[in-house]
Amino acid sequence: MTTPPPEVTYRDALNQALREEMHRDESVFLMGEDIGHFDGAFKVTRGLLAEFGEQRVVDTPITEAGFTGLGIGAAMAGLRPVIEIMTVNFALVAMDQIISNASKIRYMFGGQASVPMVIRMPGGAGHQLSAQHSHSLEAMFTHVPGLKVVVPATPEDAKGLLKTAIRDDDPVIFLESEGLYGKKGPVGGDDDLIPFGQAVVRRPGRDCTVIAHSRMVWVALAAAERLAEQGIEVEVVDPRTFRPLDLGTLAASVARTSRAVVVDEGWPECGIAAGVAAHLYEACFDLLDAPIGRVNSADVPMPYARNLEQAAIPQPDDVVAAVMATMAREVPR
Amino acid sequence: MSTSPPPLPPDDEMRGIFRTMTLIRRFEERAADEYMAGRIGGFLHLAIGEEAAIVGTVCALRPDDPLTSTYREHGQALARGSDPRAIMAELLGRSTGLCGGRGGSMHLMDISRSFYGGYGIVGGAVPLAVGLAWAARYRGGDQVAVTMFGEGAANQGVVSECFNMAGLWDLPIVFLIVNNQYGMGTSAKDAAATEDFFPRAAAYGIEAWKVDGMDVLAVRTAVSEAARIARDEGRAACVELLTYRYKGHSMSDPDTTRSAEEKDRWRARDPLITFERVLLGEGVMDAEAIAAMRAEVDQVVDDAAAFAEQSPEVPVSEVARNVYAYPWNDDPRGSALVSP
Ligand SMILES: Cc1ncc(C[n+]2csc(CCOP(=O)(O)OP(=O)(O)O)c2C)c(N)n1
Repeated sequence: MTTPPPEVTYRDALNQALREEMHRDESVFLMGEDIGHFDGAFKVTRGLLAEFGEQRVVDTPITEAGFTGLGIGAAMAGLRPVIEIMTVNFALVAMDQIISNASKIRYMFGGQASVPMVIRMPGGAGHQLSAQHSHSLEAMFTHVPGLKVVVPATPEDAKGLLKTAIRDDDPVIFLESEGLYGKKGPVGGDDDLIPFGQAVVRRPGRDCTVIAHSRMVWVALAAAERLAEQGIEVEVVDPRTFRPLDLGTLAASVARTSRAVVVDEGWPECGIAAGVAAHLYEACFDLLDAPIGRVNSADVPMPYARNLEQAAIPQPDDVVAAVMATMAREVPR
Repeated sequence: MSTSPPPLPPDDEMRGIFRTMTLIRRFEERAADEYMAGRIGGFLHLAIGEEAAIVGTVCALRPDDPLTSTYREHGQALARGSDPRAIMAELLGRSTGLCGGRGGSMHLMDISRSFYGGYGIVGGAVPLAVGLAWAARYRGGDQVAVTMFGEGAANQGVVSECFNMAGLWDLPIVFLIVNNQYGMGTSAKDAAATEDFFPRAAAYGIEAWKVDGMDVLAVRTAVSEAARIARDEGRAACVELLTYRYKGHSMSDPDTTRSAEEKDRWRARDPLITFERVLLGEGVMDAEAIAAMRAEVDQVVDDAAAFAEQSPEVPVSEVARNVYAYPWNDDPRGSALVSP
């Protein structure tokens, strides 16, 4: 057993998790488009075909509904498929399999069958990929009981949460961020699993809680730096999983700061920020000094032009403005 | 192609086939009564008329061959040997039901009998069977996955995806296209570019052919051959079973679009009547034995209905059970919420 290097990329952290879990459990196999001979569209599966062979690292036709459904069936039979959908945008053609089958099978059949599978897929905007290739669909998946939804922001979380996901007995939607694959950081070892349903405080602060996940954690932390220069200390909390949601940690932070802003790269309507805010209102309305702020992508299909795209997705300045608005209590009473 | 018909199955199996077809028919007739009495809710899709396709299939398989079906699947569960009491209780939504009252008529499953379920999205279960075949091969097992779906489902894109994957990877799977000639009220003629459906599988390199789905022995022979191809040669096969359903699409369909003349034509080929003739003609059963068997089946069905009606409802406190492998809490408003 070699000790992992102290700093690895998010991409390689995921690769380590896959490799370690495949060594640990023969029932784990990988399936997806271009994941074998091509090493994956984002190179997450680099080298795994050579190491584990074609039976366990399977290049598929471009047939997302088909191979997602195949994975569900294989999982019902007790295997542990890790399905890579090239990007979350293409999950839309597999949505029937995910929602009508994967999320329902345990419940609908009275607990007779499990679907221990992981569907990994990156999403997010910021690369001028325009309207059809820039989705953040966390809210769609989080809407669905029976799924687990995981949104890692750091290499350490990417690795530790993916290992937990592979060992979990329920279908896990594992949402990576295209913008984070090159991000470096420390990672845990073979036995360092990160449990689902445990939010983490990324930066402590007394004035306002900023809840952010995945790439938005880094946007929130950049905003926190700027706010600190003005004497405002925000507490950045990363839920890490939306199903289950660690409302306890989120509410405890809001109880300390009395203010909250939720940052989410998805759209505003019925989105992640809206859902988290609703939970916080129910849990700690009496403790709030101001309405909860939301920072979302603009309510538009993602535009191509660089300036438009940057204007449409949450930036540190947007978070700063939302926190300032919350602090100023400029709200009709 | 052989010219002489294959030998008949042993007498015991012939009697078993007849009993199972009779059980399915009587069970579904009783289910219709329960529905009319208001004790069964939702959709109730009957397979009356299609018993030969169901029983001919199941008796050609090994009990450990994983099987998936559509929402029209009471017969598959009965043929696999699931307890009629538990099936009827599931239809009535009771705690003693096969799936604890969570699935209902459309979603029976009995995993202990390798029946991997009935599914309500047309075409949606076919890839699951491809996955079951994948798992069998991955583990080095010799099970054959079998999936039954309608000719209407054959028009779904995902079914073509499955033909491609099964052909590409030579998976041990048998696709059974149950062609009852209608998708709800729409004739297959008005929904499909071709009359036959099996050539679609053949287009992906899968051995495929069509048989008379009203003839239980013809179905048995065809599915045995398809399963042999999948098991022994390790490649996919597809059989189209031409059949007819005598009732409407579901209990809520008054069935006004199909002509009486057409229905009569197919009723004359009722698989129970034609197979009864074979039994009598071959001397496997006499009229007395058949009457005794019917009475026994009726008793089983009466008992199942009584059991279901007397079974307790599902406790409402258990509504959030089995959403996940382990619950974070039992609150139906947040089955995945870690509370403050
Ligand atoms: C994706 C989807 N579309 C529509 C329906 C509604 N629907 C239920 S059954 C059915 C007809 C299916 O016909 P076929 O596949 O031939 O099977 P059959 O009902 O004749 O057994 C339709 C349209 C559905 N359940 N799922």
